[in-house]
Amino acid sequence: MQRTALYEEHLTLGARMVDFAGWEMPVQYAGVIEEHRAVRTGAGLFDLGHMGEIRVSGPAAGAALDYALVSTPSALLVGRAQYSMIVNEVGGILDDLVVYRIADEEWLVVANASNRAVVAAALRERASGSATVVDESDSTSMIAIQGVTSAEILASLIAEEERVAFHALRNYSVATMHLEVSGAAITALIARTGYTGEVGYEIYVENAHAVALWRGLLAAGSTISNGTPFQAIGLGARDTLRLEAGMPLYGNELREELTPFDVGLGRVVKLDTPRRFVGGEALTARAARGERFGRTLVGIRVTGRGIARHGYEVRRPGGVTLGRVTSGTHSPSLGYPIALADLDAGAAPFTPGEPLEVLIRGEGVAAEVTGVPFILKRSTEGRAHAAHQQGG
Amino acid sequence: MSSPADLRYSKEHEWVRVSGDRAIIGITSHAAGELGDVVFVDLPAVGSDLKQFAVFGAIESVKAVSDLFSPISGSVLARNEKLSSAPETVNADPYGEGWLLEVALSNTEELAALLDAAGYDQLTA
Repeated sequence: MQRTALYEEHLTLGARMVDFAGWEMPVQYAGVIEEHRAVRTGAGLFDLGHMGEIRVSGPAAGAALDYALVSTPSALLVGRAQYSMIVNEVGGILDDLVVYRIADEEWLVVANASNRAVVAAALRERASGSATVVDESDSTSMIAIQGVTSAEILASLIAEEERVAFHALRNYSVATMHLEVSGAAITALIARTGYTGEVGYEIYVENAHAVALWRGLLAAGSTISNGTPFQAIGLGARDTLRLEAGMPLYGNELREELTPFDVGLGRVVKLDTPRRFVGGEALTARAARGERFGRTLVGIRVTGRGIARHGYEVRRPGGVTLGRVTSGTHSPSLGYPIALADLDAGAAPFTPGEPLEVLIRGEGVAAEVTGVPFILKRSTEGRAHAAHQQGG
Repeated sequence: MSSPADLRYSKEHEWVRVSGDRAIIGITSHAAGELGDVVFVDLPAVGSDLKQFAVFGAIESVKAVSDLFSPISGSVLARNEKLSSAPETVNADPYGEGWLLEVALSNTEELAALLDAAGYDQLTA
């Protein structure tokens, strides 16, 4: 199993470690609910060293990405980011991505740990020599700080002359910045992105700096957080946070058998450009078939007794099975069970408040359709729906 | 950490506290810790029959759902209704306020098939 540069830090903090996509990762430190609430009321620190970072550069890199992905990274301004997807020839989702334009001729593509090799290989093949594609995942660490106090905590480590620029970073923006951590200078790529539904940042540094940055942020947080919680957050709370925010997870909501249109993310696909792109013909045809074709992703609130889990069947009361739960949990913020389900779009519309049933241990348990995201984001500029809205 | 000496334990991490022909059952501190934050407990109705080592309900944490296995056979006399509004009690006090069921034992000889505290601690060491 692979380990991130912060493995020993997790053990020191008493984390429970689990296998996640071949990586030995912290699933929880203090407890999922406590960690979840810390991010919603203060801030939390995440080791995301398992994620894939792939740099694509060169004069034709923009065109190569426009061909390789469903969106048009060439249209991004330098210092901006977009949520995107990479699909196969028939439009099936290979991964969901965040793409940052770092410089005129340089983009960073961040992929899920489980898909990193697939994405790097596909980018290389689709660029076919027109751009330089380098998988930097093994030498890059990614640390996220998320929550309402995250800006103040991170700012305290930023070189003084860059703090104004740091505070000016908008949602889905990115900049190279210099940090001072216990006397040492660290160069980092800092992006205002995240996967929690809170305002927050994702920080990319070389592995050699990961421990210093992690410890520096924990120390800064303990002095700055001023009574609000600030702590390390495991993958357990990362999952409940993203689900409340309505953000999809590859392997659950997103799969190769589904197109972006089957999961309510058709807007991520840029069909209104003259370019050719992999999966473009299939996705154009799919878009033309409309919303009642294929599958649709529906938000569910369980009103009866029990929690809807991944794989459980969903139906209208007494009706035929319409599909299955893709992710489900007890929502720590709402205090009741929530779920996303992959349902037959032919049975749409699914209107909020409409009754459904989830089969829990063989019994039909009362549920209802509910709007997604499940929680509204309180941070001023941060949007729970960022992944959905920032597609262009 | 050693488990309470006055209880008997199953390998599926349930405990039983016997007094006469009645018993209280619950899950161990080890099990509660492994589960993490308990958010839902699905218990059988009063009057239901339990069979030793068979599934009688389910316990859900934020992360996962686990079956509950009865350490003994019997019929349910009472269930801990407090858990429907405060399931986290199972984490806070697994051997006390976080009990699950009170049961009328149907066969006290079954207790011989359970572990004592030392045996259970060895199992979970």
